[in-house]
Amino acid sequence: MDILLQQIINGLVLGSMYALIALGYTMVYGIINLINFAHGEVLMVGALTSWTIIGWMREAMPNSPGWLILILALIIACIVAAALNFVIEKVAYRPLRNSPKLAPLITAIGMSILLQTVAMIIWRPTNKAYPTLLPSESVHIAGASISPTQIMILGLTAVSLAVLMWIVNFTKLGRAMRATAENPRVAALMGIRPDMVISATFIIGAVLAAIAGVMYASNYGIAQHAMGFIPGLKAFTAAVFGGIGNLGGAVVGGILLGVIEAVGAGYLGAVTGGVLGSQHSDIFAFIILILTLTVRPSGLLGERVADRA
Amino acid sequence: MNDSFKKIAVFLVSAVLLVALPLVLQTQGNAWVRIVDIALLYVMLALGLNIVVGYAGLLDLGYVAFFAIGAYLFALLESPHLTETFPAIKAMFPNGLHISIFIVIPMAFLLAAIFGVILGAPTLKLRGDYLAIVTLGFGEIIRVFLNTLDHPYNITNGPKGILAIDPVHIGGINFGKTLKLDGFSIPSVTLYYYLFLALVIITVIISHRLQLSRVGRAWMAIREDEIAAKAMGINTRNMKLLAFGMGASFGGVSGAMFASFQSFVSPESFSLMESVMIVAMVVLGGLGHLPGVILGAVLLAALPEVLRYVAGPLQAMTDGRLDASILRQLFIALAMIVIMLVRPRGLWPSPEHGKSLHRRKAPDPVPGSTQAVTPGVDNPADEVPGDSSRPMSINP
Repeated sequence: MDILLQQIINGLVLGSMYALIALGYTMVYGIINLINFAHGEVLMVGALTSWTIIGWMREAMPNSPGWLILILALIIACIVAAALNFVIEKVAYRPLRNSPKLAPLITAIGMSILLQTVAMIIWRPTNKAYPTLLPSESVHIAGASISPTQIMILGLTAVSLAVLMWIVNFTKLGRAMRATAENPRVAALMGIRPDMVISATFIIGAVLAAIAGVMYASNYGIAQHAMGFIPGLKAFTAAVFGGIGNLGGAVVGGILLGVIEAVGAGYLGAVTGGVLGSQHSDIFAFIILILTLTVRPSGLLGERVADRA
Repeated sequence: MNDSFKKIAVFLVSAVLLVALPLVLQTQGNAWVRIVDIALLYVMLALGLNIVVGYAGLLDLGYVAFFAIGAYLFALLESPHLTETFPAIKAMFPNGLHISIFIVIPMAFLLAAIFGVILGAPTLKLRGDYLAIVTLGFGEIIRVFLNTLDHPYNITNGPKGILAIDPVHIGGINFGKTLKLDGFSIPSVTLYYYLFLALVIITVIISHRLQLSRVGRAWMAIREDEIAAKAMGINTRNMKLLAFGMGASFGGVSGAMFASFQSFVSPESFSLMESVMIVAMVVLGGLGHLPGVILGAVLLAALPEVLRYVAGPLQAMTDGRLDASILRQLFIALAMIVIMLVRPRGLWPSPEHGKSLHRRKAPDPVPGSTQAVTPGVDNPADEVPGDSSRPMSINP
């Protein structure tokens, strides 16, 4: 029972990171129908930027508290990631909006490889130890333990989601985004500039990805150039699982996927008598993806639409 | 008359060039011939994927899985690994499994085709991006299993891979050794070159014939508009499965060749990056256009290898930050982005591809009449940046 609770907590932490990344995918997909393969790399750039900033700040002001350094690093990482994603959209995706459908997808994959390579050149292709800036004593709840970093992750996710929901549902920009997603042509007739909305979407997505990146790195204590790709893929799975284009769906899908993965990794070995083990946990995401798309292509919360998937 | 003479001349010249190429290159060192060999394998892979992506329009991002299946099948049947691990097999084949490639290659062909259909079956309803992600997941699943199938039974030997795979033997010729023909010697890489060239030519012929056949036309109809194709009486389910199967089978054969050429296989060679590379070759060259696909494959496979030779000084200049493999990746990534931005239909696109996507041209308006384009409902002045016939999105 303790193990189950522990795995559920781990799953929630993992799932909230997936949820944040999935939101970026789902927003971009909802508006321009593009799987932004480079989204995971934005996460990586965010994490590595914060790693560099933390390194500098620890030298510059060794006596400042950990949480302050973490917050400053997080903010800078968000700014860098947002600027990066803005430029990527402008340079690589915008000129291709009317091209054959494969072209932007290939460009996105190319961008993902390019960012990984550039990160290898800037930060070198090594694993970097990501410092633990929050206290390391865990809190114990009913036999399971949860570290302050994990609490921070859950809290930060909740705050980010609340802010995002506010932006999308109650601001002018949010209304413009929803309108553009619904029908860009009509939205433009109503005086919305789709280019501006698309840029804003990429920026918001990048900020969420950077937050997820910093959380991912501080949770696992490691950062490197390829760290973004697999979480990116799984987050996309989560977005599809929840119903792509649907913000609530991305969150539900992400958290469910995280919990399924963590619980599955904990019990798979015992259930199958050691034939399958936790090293197979990566497969879960893809099996869920295939099942979702075959059984209910519109996802958990998506509406049924013809000719979608 | 003149035209056919020209064709024959071009054919003869290219045949002579292709036969002479390794003989010229090997004077500069066998490494160069090796690069060409690998490029030929990639050409074969790209041609196989072209059937799935180029003809049938099904984006497959896990194609390397079939390559892996062919390679591991060959590795298991032509190396001492199985006999060493399983005494039962050792008892059956005391001299080791050295099965003729005339059995192994058809097996690789069939097994990959079966896996292709297995992948195709649950994904029949999916299209475009969704299919891409599912196939990508399939590729990753195969790779994870290659990595973990070393227990409870050691089949794939895990991340260590399978070593000591036999080279190809055809007749009395051992492709792994230098062939001596009265005073004239042909190194192993050159022998492989001719073998791969023959396979590539067979693949090109099959692809070309398929393209012109009823099946090829059905695939292209599905690519252009699946619903319309169905309405025309095409069995889209069978045709899509056939496309997956045919495409996969070429991947399987080229995987088997890769295993014998390298003489070892490990899961590392079948990463997602490889799948992406193959898709990039097909798309960069020109979807569905054989010369384009071949050009794309040769460019992306050979050029980065050539870059390795200039990487040395660059590496010294940037104090180790830019090594050969990073430079190769950088080149591939930039090529993918720049070519797509400059020529979204590929370097050498097929002349008819995407015909149905062109907007029908309205007849020229009579000058001065109201037909002349004026901003209005049909031609909004503040046009959305997007082709109006294909809206940017359909939101659920």
